[in-house]
Order: sequence, then C-alpha cells, then structure tokens
Amino acid sequence: MTTHRTIEFTLNGRPVSAQVGNHHNLVEVLQDQGLFGARESCAQGLCGCCTVIVDGKAVSGCLTLAPLIDGADVRTVEEPRGEHGLDAVQQAFIETGAFQCGFCTPGFVLMTRQLLDAHPNPSDDEIRHYLSGNLCRCATYPEVIKAVHLAANKRKTAGKD
Amino acid sequence: MANIQGKTNAGQASFSSIGRSIPRVEARAKVTGRAEYVHNLRLPGMLYGKVHRSTLAHGRIRSIDTSAARAMPGVYAVYTAADIMKLVPDPHYGPAFHDQPVLAIDKVRHVGEPVALVLAADIHVAEAAAQSIIVDYEELPAVFDEIEAMTSKAVVHEVLKPAGTFPDLKHLKDKRDTNIALDFRLRRGDAQKAFAEADHVFEHTFRTQQVLHVPLEPFVTVADPQPNRLDIHTASQSPSFVRIEIARLLGWPESRVRVRVPYLGGGFGAKLYIKIEALTAIAALLAGRPVKIALTMEEQFYQITKHAATLRIKSAVTRDGKITARECEVWWNGGAYADIGPRVTQKSGFTAPGPYDIDHVAIDSYALYTNLPAAGALRGFGIPQLVWGYESHTDMIARALNIDPLAFRRKNILKNGRPQATGTIMQDAGIEKVLERLAERMQWEKPFDHGQGSIRRGRGMAIGFKASISPTTSVAIVNISADGSVMVYCGTVDMGQGSDTAMAQFAAEALGVPVETVTVVHPDTDVTPYDMATLGSRSTYHMGHAVKLAAEDARDKLMQLAQEVGLSAETAPIPDIFRKKYGMQAGNVVGVGSYIPTYASPDAQGQTTNATPFWMIGATGAEVEVDTETGEFKITRLVNLVDVGRPVNPAIVETQISGATLMQLGFTLYERMDFDAGQCTNASLADYKIPGIRDVPAVMENEAVDMVQQSGPFGAKGVGESGTFGVSPAIASAIDDAVGVRLTGLPLTAEAVYRGLRANAGKPLED
Repeated sequence: MTTHRTIEFTLNGRPVSAQVGNHHNLVEVLQDQGLFGARESCAQGLCGCCTVIVDGKAVSGCLTLAPLIDGADVRTVEEPRGEHGLDAVQQAFIETGAFQCGFCTPGFVLMTRQLLDAHPNPSDDEIRHYLSGNLCRCATYPEVIKAVHLAANKRKTAGKD
Repeated sequence: MANIQGKTNAGQASFSSIGRSIPRVEARAKVTGRAEYVHNLRLPGMLYGKVHRSTLAHGRIRSIDTSAARAMPGVYAVYTAADIMKLVPDPHYGPAFHDQPVLAIDKVRHVGEPVALVLAADIHVAEAAAQSIIVDYEELPAVFDEIEAMTSKAVVHEVLKPAGTFPDLKHLKDKRDTNIALDFRLRRGDAQKAFAEADHVFEHTFRTQQVLHVPLEPFVTVADPQPNRLDIHTASQSPSFVRIEIARLLGWPESRVRVRVPYLGGGFGAKLYIKIEALTAIAALLAGRPVKIALTMEEQFYQITKHAATLRIKSAVTRDGKITARECEVWWNGGAYADIGPRVTQKSGFTAPGPYDIDHVAIDSYALYTNLPAAGALRGFGIPQLVWGYESHTDMIARALNIDPLAFRRKNILKNGRPQATGTIMQDAGIEKVLERLAERMQWEKPFDHGQGSIRRGRGMAIGFKASISPTTSVAIVNISADGSVMVYCGTVDMGQGSDTAMAQFAAEALGVPVETVTVVHPDTDVTPYDMATLGSRSTYHMGHAVKLAAEDARDKLMQLAQEVGLSAETAPIPDIFRKKYGMQAGNVVGVGSYIPTYASPDAQGQTTNATPFWMIGATGAEVEVDTETGEFKITRLVNLVDVGRPVNPAIVETQISGATLMQLGFTLYERMDFDAGQCTNASLADYKIPGIRDVPAVMENEAVDMVQQSGPFGAKGVGESGTFGVSPAIASAIDDAVGVRLTGLPLTAEAVYRGLRANAGKPLED
C-alpha cells in the first residue's frame, strides 16, 4: 500500500536525509528526526499547532506531504536562535506569560516571527489577522498580543535577530 | 545560599515569592518546543493502537468480523471484548459507576464507542485495518434527550452498577429499567408554603447544549509492560486514580502499576479519572509490547463532553423584590456512561439557587443516561450551566418587577455569616465584594447609552459561585538536598494552569528559600504520593496545603539537624549543616505533608454544616452592540471579577481568569455538538468553532478582588474555573437590555436574536 523513497533536505541549518512514505506528512518526518515541537492536533491545517517554516514560508506540517520537502529548507521551533538560544519573540512570550499548556506555543512563536518580518511594527488588528490561523484552547490571546508588541520593541532596540 | 527562616516569620521571608508574578518554571521548555508531553513519547518496540468504533447509538452486537484486519500485512493483533476478558473477566471501569467496558461487550450505547482495537508497528496500517472491521448490529431504540430519559422505554443500562466509592450512590445498586444515575434532593424551609403566600411567582426553563473540551493535545496514553509491572505514561489529570483503577481491574497491588504524567497539552476536565488508559494498558499486557493510543481530534468528540442540561427554576418574590423561595429542577444529560456526572449532579446541584439569601429552597437534580457520548467535568463542573439559568432568571424577574438588576441582586445577595441552601454558613466568600467591584468597574449607576437606529447597545451582569469538591486528599513530599536545593514531589498535573510554578512558590515561601532553588517533580506514582486529582480548582488549596505542610516538616527537621551538629538554625547556610553532619555534600532532609479538609456529609434533605472548605466566586459584566436588521451582535466589553483569595502569582491568575472567560465565550456564542441519530455531525475543528484570537472582545478587563481565604495556604484558594461563571447570562442579559430579546438556550446566535426581533415585531420567522 505504500511507496517509500529517500529525501534530502536542510533541517534547522543541517543537511539530513530521511526514508519517507508517499503518505507521510512533515510532522511525522520531524518526529523521526526526534523533533516534537510541530504537533499534529486538528489534522486539517486549522489549528496551527504543526506550523513549520519551509523555504521561508509558514506551512501546516500536517498537510505537507513528506516527498514535497525533498531539497527544501526546513526550520522548526527547536532551531537555536539568539544569544542564549532564545530570540526576541521567545523572550517576549516568556516575559508576558503568553502561553499556558504550551501545546500551541511553537506555532505562535513561528508565526509571530513571520509577522514581524513582514510588519515590524504591527497594529492590534494586524496581529489578530496574522495569528487568526493559530488556535489556543487555553485562550492566552490577550497575552499573545502583548507578546507580539513586546517582541517588536525588542527587535527594534536589539537589531533584528 | 539561603538560611532557613524561623517559623514565625516565614510568611515575610526576604525571598517571599507569594504574590509575585514570576515567569512559569517551564517557560523556556514551552517556547522552544521542548516541553515533554506524552504526545512525544516513542518507545523501542512500540505498537500503535487504532480503535474501531460503533456507528450506532444503541445496538446489540450480533458479530464482529475482524478477518480482513487480521490478514492485513503488518497487523500485530486485533482485540475485541472477548480478548480483553481473558485478562480482565469484568472489564468495566469508571469513577462513580463501573459501567464502562474497555471494549463494547454484547452491545453499544453510543456512536463512537470502542468496539475493537488493532495494533501495528505502523500507525497507518493500524488505521487501515481498524476501518476494515465489520460489525453486524441489531439496532435498539435510543434515547437522546435528558427529559425523555426520565421516563423513556429505551434504557441505556440494564442494571445500575455504582462503584461503591460514593455513599449517596449506594441505593442505586442493582436498580433496573431506569436511566436515572442519581436523584439528588435538597429541602430547606418550606418552599411550598412560601409559594402559596408569595406576591409574585416567576418560573422559567433554560437549556444548555452539549459541548466539549477540545484540548489541542488529544487523549494519548502509552502503556509499557515491565517484568511483573506496568508503566503507564498518560495525559491524565488524575494519575493516582488511574493507578488505583488499573490495579483494581488487573487485581494487582497499586505498587505494581506506575503512572507517569508529564505536561498536558490542555485538560479542562477532559483528562480526568480514567479514559483510554484501561484499553491501552490491557492491550499492552496482551501484546507483551509497549502500546501507544493517541486519539485524533475527531475521536475526541466521542470520548468525553460537557453535560447538556435543562434547568427549571421557579421563584417566589415579594412586592419589593425579596426572593422568599426558590425551586430548582435540573436534568443533566450524562450520555451513555456516568463518568463523574453524578458528582456534577450533586456537588453543583446544591448551589442551583445561586448566591442569594433564600429561606425556602427545594432542589431536585437528576443525572441521566442517554445514548450520546458520555459527559463529565468541564471547567466549572456544572456551575456554568446553572449560573446561565439562575442569573438569566434573576434578570428576568428584575425586569418584570421594574427593579434595576444590580439593586435586585443587592437586596438578595448571600452574605458571609448567612446560611447557603445546604445550611452551611458562608465564610470568606467575596460575593458582595465581587458584585460591588463589578458594578463600580461597569459604572453601573451612571447613565448608559443604548444607541439608536439599527445599532442598539445593552449591558448585563451575572454572578455565580461554586463549592469545592469535598472531602479530598493531597499528599506531598519536600526534599532538601545537601547543597540546599529543593525538590517538591506532588501529584498535581500542570496542564497549563501554572501549578508547578505555584507549588514551587509555596515550598519556597514555607522554607524561606529563593523560588529558583525549587524543582517540582512531575507526577510519577513510583515517587509522587497520592493526590485525588487535578480538578475543580482544588490544587492551589489542597496541594498547596500539603506542600506547605511538607516544607514546614522539612524545615523543622533541618533545624533539628542544625541543632544536633551545633550550628545556628537561624544563620548557618544549609550546605554547612549537611557537611557538618555527613562530612561531605551528602544526605537529604525529607518532609511529608498530607491534607484533607474537614467536611460533614449532607443529610437526606441535603443539609450539612460544612459543605465545602472554600467558595469560588466569579462575575462578568458585558456590553454589547446589536444590529436590529440582522440580529448580529458584538461584545464590546467584558469585565470579569473573581474572588480567588490571595493571588499566588497575579499574572498567571489573570491569564486563568481571561482564559476561562474566553473558553466560556466559545460555549456561549459558537460551540455546539450537532447530532443526527446520535452521530455527531460536526466532529472536527472545521465544523466546530472554538474561539480564535479575533474573537477576543475589544475591551476585556480582569480583576481578582482583594480577599484572603483565611483557611487557605498563605490565604490562597482555587482560580481556574471562576472566570467561566457569569459569561453566558451576562451576555444574554445585555442583548435583552439592547433589543428586548431574551434567549433561554445556548449558544446565543445572531439567528436566535433575529428570530426574537421578528417575533417581538409580530412577524415571526418560520422554523
């Protein structure tokens, strides 16, 4: 029922290869690499828990078929960033307490980075629009909005990281 | 390194962290995606389990054909109830009733009920094989409505099987031909007489819909057989209960079952008691291999839900607005398995008259079996359903008598020192304070702009209260290492509410050490002692007490040790004490704390002098704008007030208040499980909308009023649910205030408002 093939891609800056089935999705590929920060939850690309950055764009890992990432540049929340392994966005999430159970947090962190790359100084409306594809059942949304503003300020004062 | 503080000044210790908004202890792990969830766990040789589920709401199983599944390459095993019973002859489990089979035996009682299990090393093979199973059913009449279930000829369970844990369920043992899984009754004063003498009598009926928790980490359990033992890694809110129940099913001593719980990706009451653990455990033992069962989002819709409920409420009121009597009848739609529904029926049932001072009260609260997915605890344990009814009722009375809703509440509010419906005298309950602060923040007594033209504005308020589940036990261990660092061993599950952080703060406070030196060990029944469960906002109070007692015990022992080796307990650094005693960095000081509050069981009339160790209070004020041409409305402001005692970590407390409020906003405006013949027709996030970031009201304010729970650890009490209480009725009253449409069923939709507007205009829409 399945066809397997070998794919090669860059994962958080390092070249890797993986044996994948045509029916496997990117979340499963990452799990095989020992990375669990992208999490399959709704399995419909609606909740944002499985967000992964592929060739600079945020995608739903649960809807991205493994063979399609052959040759791609894949970045996940586990990628070490910043001076102490935390970038401005992660620091801002910690300082504002912008998560509770933490299951959706990697998706919010990655989408916030994308938002700030595109809009370094976002309004509340822009934040709500950009993060509307990320669900948080603990509903830590007010804190997330604060975190995004704080991260924007941190980036401005520190220079983009 | 810190010194150990003296007993008397521990509360004012220089390292005091109580009342400080320190970041969560696991913050870094969560923002880097490295936090541990069972979701992440893969073990060598592990098999994946996929469940074949019932397609019928009620049916007798004629046969199960698993031949195609067994023949599929890669399938390791296929199990049905017959296989389960080889290991466990009576495989029924549950906290209140032993009514739920590990896999369906002879009949199915709801759509989605597990009938067979496939194990395979490849999860996709397991899934395909599970779908290839064919079950032949004889369809039976089904009952879905809680009121119909009272008298229905369709009976969900042939015979009632109370678990024996709760004394008020014992009289139901071996009862036949009934769907009533508990009939709770409370009588205070003489309601009948008061109604006969009343100036006014008001009666209304309110309904709430079936919804569900939707933790973004769906249910997941890994069972790993060890020589003579079983390890269970599970996303559970109640590791101690899982251990006890699995040990009971297997006929093993508790010590042979180990239950480990890392972080939870959300719980909200879903992951309580025992869910998929029994199936996973027995499958792993049958297979002799580690087994992982992880439900999909769709499967979650059939695991556990929140009770739909009907509340009939009737009040006797004097001409000047004093409530003299109240009668409440509540029917809880418990679905096919009791889970903890009977506790909801009783523990929430006794607060059904609301936070009002009423002399004559009659309550009847019924837990009912139906052929829907089971209902259990969901953030508020029945309270949001009741507050929805009694606060809507309160506003409807005030409007009918032309009394301001705030003035009407003030006149009837339940004050400390007065008896609640159970007869328990209210203590440390900030009901009045919460109401007054809400009124102040809403500027209730100032004129309010009701808008004009097609956009009308309105406002509403609602207040509710909740007792803590009682009596329940928590045990904790505090271990001071020779370098002065501290470990706290406790069974409280951090599912996002911040309990690890709170427990670290409690231990640090009691020991007088910096909170950074404290590590909280996650539940692992091999090392963490008994805890009843992480539920009902009980952990801050109960486990908080246990941790404080354990820390004080450890502190006393350390002071003794200092004395023994001739050092000053007041000034000697902790490592010096150990080094002097053991000659090197060695040894431990271990303190133990165990806590159970006092409690008095209710009598046959539901009366007791001590119903709860503490009360939780929550109120919400809402302002809305309604478009009279479409019925669409938006919430322009939500103000949430709670009494949580002394906030241990104000930032986390605020997040819990707003999180609870927004979750309840989903249950108020969007969420509803739709059913067709017992089949949920919107079992996915594509069709079942939960609140997103755009659904947060433009203005939302949260406040914990200035209160201290005298009996609480460092003045604290529970937080997690109070924000849910007032949301639904406050919004319904605001809509009524804006356009004169009173909705009595949830969710509140634009369509329902528009139908109301048309009906008011004498031009009702057809159904």
